[in-house]
Amino acid sequence: MKNTKKPSLKKWMGVLLAGGMMASGIAQAEFDRGTMLANTCVGCHGINGISDGPAIPSIGGMSEQYFIDSMKEFRAGERPNTIMTRLAKAYTDQDIADMAKYFAKQKYVQVEQPHDPRAAQLGQRLHNSFCDRCHDAAGTNPEDDSGFLSGQMRAYLEYSLQDYMSGDREYKESRMKRELESMMNRHGDAGLQQLLDYYASGKE
Amino acid sequence: MKLNMTRRNLLKASAVSVAAGSMASFSGLASAHNHGGKHKVVIVGGGIAGATAAKSLKRLDPKMDVTLIEAGADYHTCFMSNEVINGDRDIKTIRFTLDGLKKQGINVVIDEVTGIDAKGKKVSTKGGKSFGYDRCIVAPGVALNYGAIQGYSAEVAKTIPHAWKAGEQTAILRDQLAAMKDGGTYVLVCPPNPFRCPPGPYERASLVAKYLKDNKPKSKVIMLDPKGAFSKKGLFEDAWRRHYGYEGPNAMIEWHGNDGVVSVDPKTKTVTTASGKKVKADVLNIIPPQTAGKIAQIAGLTNDAGWCPIQGKTFESSIHKDIYVVGDAAVADPLPKSGYAANSEAKVTAVAVYASLTGKAMIEPSWVNTCYSIVAHDEAISVAAVYAYEGDKIISVPNSGGLTPGGDGFNARDRKREVQYAYSWFNNIVADTFK
Repeated sequence: MKNTKKPSLKKWMGVLLAGGMMASGIAQAEFDRGTMLANTCVGCHGINGISDGPAIPSIGGMSEQYFIDSMKEFRAGERPNTIMTRLAKAYTDQDIADMAKYFAKQKYVQVEQPHDPRAAQLGQRLHNSFCDRCHDAAGTNPEDDSGFLSGQMRAYLEYSLQDYMSGDREYKESRMKRELESMMNRHGDAGLQQLLDYYASGKE
Repeated sequence: MKLNMTRRNLLKASAVSVAAGSMASFSGLASAHNHGGKHKVVIVGGGIAGATAAKSLKRLDPKMDVTLIEAGADYHTCFMSNEVINGDRDIKTIRFTLDGLKKQGINVVIDEVTGIDAKGKKVSTKGGKSFGYDRCIVAPGVALNYGAIQGYSAEVAKTIPHAWKAGEQTAILRDQLAAMKDGGTYVLVCPPNPFRCPPGPYERASLVAKYLKDNKPKSKVIMLDPKGAFSKKGLFEDAWRRHYGYEGPNAMIEWHGNDGVVSVDPKTKTVTTASGKKVKADVLNIIPPQTAGKIAQIAGLTNDAGWCPIQGKTFESSIHKDIYVVGDAAVADPLPKSGYAANSEAKVTAVAVYASLTGKAMIEPSWVNTCYSIVAHDEAISVAAVYAYEGDKIISVPNSGGLTPGGDGFNARDRKREVQYAYSWFNNIVADTFK
């Protein structure tokens, strides 16, 4: 697959806003160990942690708790990934806490990606039925300590769901297992794609 | 690689430390280039390391006076250029300008730097301009040592490309491969260590074989290599066995190690190896030995091996004070000469430069390298590591990093995902560097 997609205007406005905030006085805050460490992440995860995709997820705006849990799971090999399991082993608890603070200060920006608008509408209904109780505001509210959904990288979400369903990734909440299985039983792969179309629309 | 200073460089270095000593006693003079209280940093080179350094400094201090001088108006990334060579990717997708940097208030000058006066703290250009600095960051990339292979030259490279600096050279090789007849032989001459992008030649062989398998299946890739081993060797060879019949009777890829090419006859596209073996090519691609970019040599920033020794914590030159060298030109082992490492080094060095200009203590550095190689349809492999500064040197953090699992750990689904991660890596690093 060729990826030559232009980042959406919405995304870049977010980055500009964040950049503007930076320029207007919190530059001092960028001189610390957290920024030093985060600088090594954004080459892959995108400016301010907002990815250009198609598969590496956005991490900007993630809650500290979600970030810390994810890194520790990668470090312990409890969560599967091709590369994060290798990298996370290099970091101490303090390193991870410092990085988590940095990314929690960034703003999550939903990135609109190629999607079928009609399928996205159906996907929105599925989201409301099966996912909404834990993933607030279409999965854009970091305060729920659940993963980002709307505007998150489509391929990343698809890989994550595949890993849950294959048993490679352990469910943190038994509720998610129930809801996902119930969704798959009733709506199958078509439903899964509709859900991904909805999240790729970047809408709430 | 060990720091290996020549006597000449040692003499130069001691002259510099005398100069630096006298400079320190006039520390008020640090503001000689400090117009209106602004710190002035001049960056030589607008590739991955230079552009990242410029952006990072501006982000640390939006008021800093940052000038970046680059000879070419367009920059083509070396990474992903192998996908251009085999026709998978349009060359436009690896072409970038420095316009994004201008928008952030960086003074971008398109000109060739011809001299760096470490004592007078001035950079001069071919265009006759002079730029004073408080700190200078040199990011010249690599120079190609054509003379190391008898019969090869910059002129010959117009028809026998190296394609190791992307752009026009990439297009020449792409067009030659497209025009090659089925049954033709593509010969790839690999360079000795150290060189830019250690897995690059082997990814190139893989992607050319991918193209040949799909389009010209009677053709062959032959690699001639002075080395006995190379980056990700086990993973590459395993992929070549599965996809291209490596080491079998109809192998589309052959790799011949421990026997480098010493000369070329450009008329017949025939190369001769150290052991006297002659190989004739239909398409010949010579990646010559490398050193730090020309300006690093001119400015006396190199050791006798031709690379720039640095202090690991900051990347300040071990030879000239207040000049920092980042990217492929620096001796930064165990950090590799890769695009991601260049981006990572430049960010740490921007912090070091900012700290030294503001009298702050340097923050404990951290670097990362991640590097993907695409080897076939739906298959990529990677290497990743985190680096720290410990006991006066850069180290790869123990018990972390490493390669994509192979052997019993082989996972086809993960290899396919790594292709998508490779594209994501590309999209994000170029945005991080140039936007």
